[in-house]
Amino acid sequence: MARVSFLLLVVLVACAIGTIASQHQARKAFIELETEQSRSRKLQEEFTQLQLEQGTWGTHKRVEAIAAKSLGMKLPDAASTIVITREGARP
Amino acid sequence: MKFEKRTPQLRLKLEGWRSRVVLGLVALGFAVLAGRAFYLQGLNTGFLQAKGAARYGRTVELAASRGLVRDRNGQPLAISTPVESIWASPEDVEVDDRKLARLASALAMEPAELRQKIANKDRQFVFLKRQISPDQAVKVMELGVPGVFQQREYRRFYPAGEVMAHVVGFTGMDDNGQEGIELSLQRRLAGVPGSRKVIKDRKGRIVEDVGSQHPPRDGEAVTLSIDQRLQFLAHKELKAAVEANKAKGGALVILDAKSGEVLALVNQPDYNPNNRANVTGKQTRNRSVTDIYEPGSTLKPFTVAAALDSGIVKPTTLVQTGGGTMAMAGWTISDTHANGTLTVAQVIQKSSNIGTAKIQLQMAPEQMGTLYGELGFGAVPATGFPGEAKGLLRPWKTWKPIEMATMSYGHGIGVSLLQVARAYTIFTNDGQLLPISLMKREDRPVGRPLVNAETARQVTAMMEMAVMPGGTAPRAQVPGYRVAGKTGTAHKPENGGYAEHKYVSSFVGFGPVSNPRFIVAVMIDEPMTPKYFGGDVGAPVFSSVMGSALRMMSVSPDAPGTLNVKADPAPVLAPDKGGEG
Repeated sequence: MARVSFLLLVVLVACAIGTIASQHQARKAFIELETEQSRSRKLQEEFTQLQLEQGTWGTHKRVEAIAAKSLGMKLPDAASTIVITREGARP
Repeated sequence: MKFEKRTPQLRLKLEGWRSRVVLGLVALGFAVLAGRAFYLQGLNTGFLQAKGAARYGRTVELAASRGLVRDRNGQPLAISTPVESIWASPEDVEVDDRKLARLASALAMEPAELRQKIANKDRQFVFLKRQISPDQAVKVMELGVPGVFQQREYRRFYPAGEVMAHVVGFTGMDDNGQEGIELSLQRRLAGVPGSRKVIKDRKGRIVEDVGSQHPPRDGEAVTLSIDQRLQFLAHKELKAAVEANKAKGGALVILDAKSGEVLALVNQPDYNPNNRANVTGKQTRNRSVTDIYEPGSTLKPFTVAAALDSGIVKPTTLVQTGGGTMAMAGWTISDTHANGTLTVAQVIQKSSNIGTAKIQLQMAPEQMGTLYGELGFGAVPATGFPGEAKGLLRPWKTWKPIEMATMSYGHGIGVSLLQVARAYTIFTNDGQLLPISLMKREDRPVGRPLVNAETARQVTAMMEMAVMPGGTAPRAQVPGYRVAGKTGTAHKPENGGYAEHKYVSSFVGFGPVSNPRFIVAVMIDEPMTPKYFGGDVGAPVFSSVMGSALRMMSVSPDAPGTLNVKADPAPVLAPDKGGEG
């Protein structure tokens, strides 16, 4: 009887330690998941900021101003436009 | 008892009650413990468990971001990005003067202003500065001032600024839509914040989820029918025109002639939605949608279309317009020139008020009233803009002949620019009126037939004459393309009558005529230049917007006579097809 009790005690302790260990593992894994999730949120936020930046730098107003002022470009007028038609097609 | 006998010192005589007292005290002690245990475990357990959970458990708010607004090509028009708001609990703030100065400079505030904000020690919560960039917030929090905290918020940015202001609108401090699409689609754009219950460890890390979780739902992204490139073009041209004519305001709408989508919608004056410090109602007004005006002669094509459709006239039927004035019921209807005898087509070309009035009067009020109603005048266009005007169209049963006559040239009827632009879809769609949409459409809408396809073609031909030499708006011409349109110049109603020198000049047209792509409607409010006619004010704007739009979208010219045309392509890019060998 005493031997059975002792055996059960050993099993019990082993299970207890196992529970603690797995709980610890779970928490560690969970924290890792949390960090990754917050990283993904941060990247998402950075993405929106970059989108915003792209949108702001790429506004037509700015692009046109730079093209006209710094690069001296202008929209072609009708006189300098040549219309190319497909061969055989009527213009 | 031998032991006691040998050592008399131990032979004590103890009273029996003393041991019972000790036993009693011990028993009492246990009883108190048992009572306490019962009190804690049995009676007070809920309270204690809640307190315990509060030590390690937290409910974390999960912010939801507001949906993106895009144009039809996916360009962002409104983006929410996270910002930080710095707040303080004044009773907990401990700063000396040096620290206060550093905090103020990190917040980009005057130290005095900051001092004043945290002066009231009774308050628990005061915003020091709202919506600063995350980088700046980090600098503020690094100072480690006790009682100063940060709070994450989302702020809306509008990359296109004033170009898109009236379409997209803006949100307020609390991220609720106040104007434009932001207001009308508030429900779809707004996200629903979520929450989760967690256990946090000593270091504040989340170690476990407990209990219920409500994931946040981000706002829906919305794709508008607007094309940012066309919108920019329209904005630029309208702004230039309003300035050149010293006008009070203006509006311009571009519709897709085949799908009824709104490709551009701009108004002047405008405002910058990213910085609304001094914005007035005059600037935020979406004139093309919320304002009604008397459209003037831009309504004439509908009268002629109705008359052609019912067989009352043919394009070649002659109409006497006489010496340019016609007296009727105590009023005088006048033309700008004495035109004499005109054909119906010339009535449109020359924009004769007398001509259209005479044609209109040959029809029953019911016929015109029904057509106006079916064209959408007097009804909300239902594009989804807030504050859409339905216009003024009195029931035809109450019409007097003089009213019917004036309505034929667009007086005594109130419409919004968007309504007129939409009504013109009957000329670009074989007589079928299209529904308009501010959202990008994937399918072609089904039009509602109002006039015959042949009628639509005939009226289009007349409107094409109007932009030719001899018409009212030769300045509306676009090199390389056939366009058609109609001018409108209306006196502004004022104090129950018409103001002598205040006009609304407009032009509505479409192109290319052979296969229409765009409808462009321009309205200039109170041009102050000597030339105030639609042909001088609205038509040039139409011409430049239409011309640039057609070139931008690579629409092939259908009137190449005015452009340089090369019949054979130089075989640079496609050498394999060279026919001549």
